Amino acid sequence: MIKAEGLTKRYGPHTAVDNISFEVAKGQIVGFLGPNGAGKTTTMRVLTCFLPPTGGKASVAGYDVVEQPLEVKRHIGYLPETPPLYPEMEVHEYLDFAGRIKGVSKGDIAKRVTEVIERCALGEVRYKLISKLSRGYRQRVGLAQALIHNPDVLILDEPTAGLDPKQIIETRKLIRDLSGNHTIILSTHILPEVSTTCQLVIIINKGKLEAIDTPDNLTARLQGHETVFIEVDGPADQVLGKIELLPGVARVARKDGHSGRASFEIETVKDHINIRSELARCVVESGWGLHELRPVGLSLEEIFLKLTTSDKAEAAGGTS
Amino acid sequence: MTNIWILAKKEVKSYFASPIAYIVLAMWAIIFGYFFYSATAIFVDYSMRAMMQRGQAPPMNINDFIVRPLLMNISVIVLFLMPMITMRLFAEEKRMGTIELLLTSPLRDIEIILGKWLAAMILYLCLLGITALNIVFLFIHGKPDWRPLLVGYLGLILLGATFLGIGAFISSLTKNQIVAAALTFGVFLMLWVLDWVSSYSTTDTGKVIAYLSITQHFEPFAKGVIELKDVMYYISAIFLGLFLTMRSMESLRWRA
Repeated sequence: MIKAEGLTKRYGPHTAVDNISFEVAKGQIVGFLGPNGAGKTTTMRVLTCFLPPTGGKASVAGYDVVEQPLEVKRHIGYLPETPPLYPEMEVHEYLDFAGRIKGVSKGDIAKRVTEVIERCALGEVRYKLISKLSRGYRQRVGLAQALIHNPDVLILDEPTAGLDPKQIIETRKLIRDLSGNHTIILSTHILPEVSTTCQLVIIINKGKLEAIDTPDNLTARLQGHETVFIEVDGPADQVLGKIELLPGVARVARKDGHSGRASFEIETVKDHINIRSELARCVVESGWGLHELRPVGLSLEEIFLKLTTSDKAEAAGGTS
Repeated sequence: MTNIWILAKKEVKSYFASPIAYIVLAMWAIIFGYFFYSATAIFVDYSMRAMMQRGQAPPMNINDFIVRPLLMNISVIVLFLMPMITMRLFAEEKRMGTIELLLTSPLRDIEIILGKWLAAMILYLCLLGITALNIVFLFIHGKPDWRPLLVGYLGLILLGATFLGIGAFISSLTKNQIVAAALTFGVFLMLWVLDWVSSYSTTDTGKVIAYLSITQHFEPFAKGVIELKDVMYYISAIFLGLFLTMRSMESLRWRA
C-alpha cells in the first residue's frame, strides 16, 4: 500500500531523511518511532505530497508521490502535528469543507460528516466554534478531517501529543478500531504507544532507518542483556580466564587496547543486566588495576533509551 | 471549477466571520460617502452660482464634474484599503498551519489561488456595490450619461483585480499578516506614483517606468474611454500577480 525506496530529503546542507526504504501492507498499523527531529514528520510530509523528495521514490496505493500527487492525495487522510483547523468555523462546517475539497460528492457529504462525527465522538461539539474547543476535541476534529473521504491510507503525525491520559487511551482505541479498513502510519516518540497499537515499528534516528520489525521482536532484541567494555592493567590471559568464569557472562571478546593494557568487550546473558559491579570487584580483588569500565550502547539501544527516558520525562511532566 | 468555488465560498465566509470585512466595508462607506457628498455639494454650489451670474448658462455636465473625479478618487482610496483585504489570504493559512490541509488535499495550486483571489474579488465587488448605491442618487436627481459610468466601473474592476493579484502574491510570501499588509501597501503606493516620472523624464526608460504606473492606466476609463493598451496592461498585470503566486506556492513546497 505504501512503498518508499531510498527516500531522501535535504534542506540545503542538512539531510532530514537519509535513504529510507520500507513497505507497508494493506490494513497494517505502522508506528514511526524516533526522537524529536529524527525525520518522522518530514517522511510523512513526503508521503502526503506536501514536500517533494530530494531523492528516491515513494508511492501510495500504487501512485507515485511526484508523478501523480492528486491521486495520492485522494487516497490519503493526513493529520499533521498541529491539526489544520479554521477557528472561525463550526465543527460540522469545517468537516463539510474538508470533505468537499477532498472530493466527497455532494450527495454523500452530509452522510460522511455525520459518520465521522459519530466515529470520533464529536456529537456534543458538532455546532460549536472550533476556536472554543479543548485540545482533545481539536485533535479529534483533526482526525475526523483525515477520515472524511474514507481514505485507504491514514497518516497521523503524533496523534496523541498533548492529550491527557484518558484521551490518549481513547485515541489509541480509535486508531486500533480504524485498522482493517485503513492502512495507518502514525508517528510518535513514545515507545509504549507503538507496542499497544502497532503491528510494525519503523525506528528512525537522525534521518536514518535503524530498524523495521514487530514490536515483540524489537523488545526481545533490545531488552535483557548488556554489553560492557573493560580495560584492565594486568596479564591479559589471566584476566580473560577470570572474567569468563563470572556468572552471567555470555561472551568475551578481546579488544586492542591502545595502551598495551588488556581490553575486553563482554556481553551478558539474557536477563542478567548488572554485571559491572561484579566485574569491578573481581578485578580489584585480583589485585589488578581497573582503568575503564563502561556500558557499550548499540545504536538501537541508544534510541531505545532516549525513547523510554523521554516517555518517562513526559509522564512525569504530565502528572505534575 | 467546483473546487475554486468551494474555496472561494469558504474564504468569503471567513472574511465575514472576522471583523475585517465589516471594518473595510464601513470605512469604505464612510469615506466614499464623504467624497460623494462633497463632490455633489460643490457641483450644486457651482451650478447655482453659474446660473445666478450668467442667467442662462448651459447646464454643467454631471459626468465631467462628479462622476469622473469620483472614479479617480475611488481608484486611490481602494489602494489604501486593498492591503486589508489581501493580507490574510495566504499569510493566515501559513501561520495557522491550515495550508497543510489545502496542500495535502487533491487540489491544484491554481485552484487554491483562484479560489482565494475570487473571494477577495467578491469582497471588492461589495465595495463597488456601495459606491453604486450612492451613484443611484445621481440618476434620481439628474441625468448623467450611463455609458461612461459603466466603462469607469469596468476600469475599477480591472484595477481592483490587479491590486488583488499582487496582494495575493505578497501575502503568499510571509506568515505574518502585518508584514504582508505593509509590503502590499508600499508596493501599491509605488505603483500609484510611478507616473510622476513622466513629468520630469522624457527618456525611453522614463516612459517605460511611467507606463508601469497602475492608476495612470485608469484615467481613460474614468473618462469613459476603453483603450486596448490599458485593458492589456491590467490583464497582463493580473496574470503576472497570479503567476507569481503560483511560483511562490511551489517554492513553499520546496522550502517548507
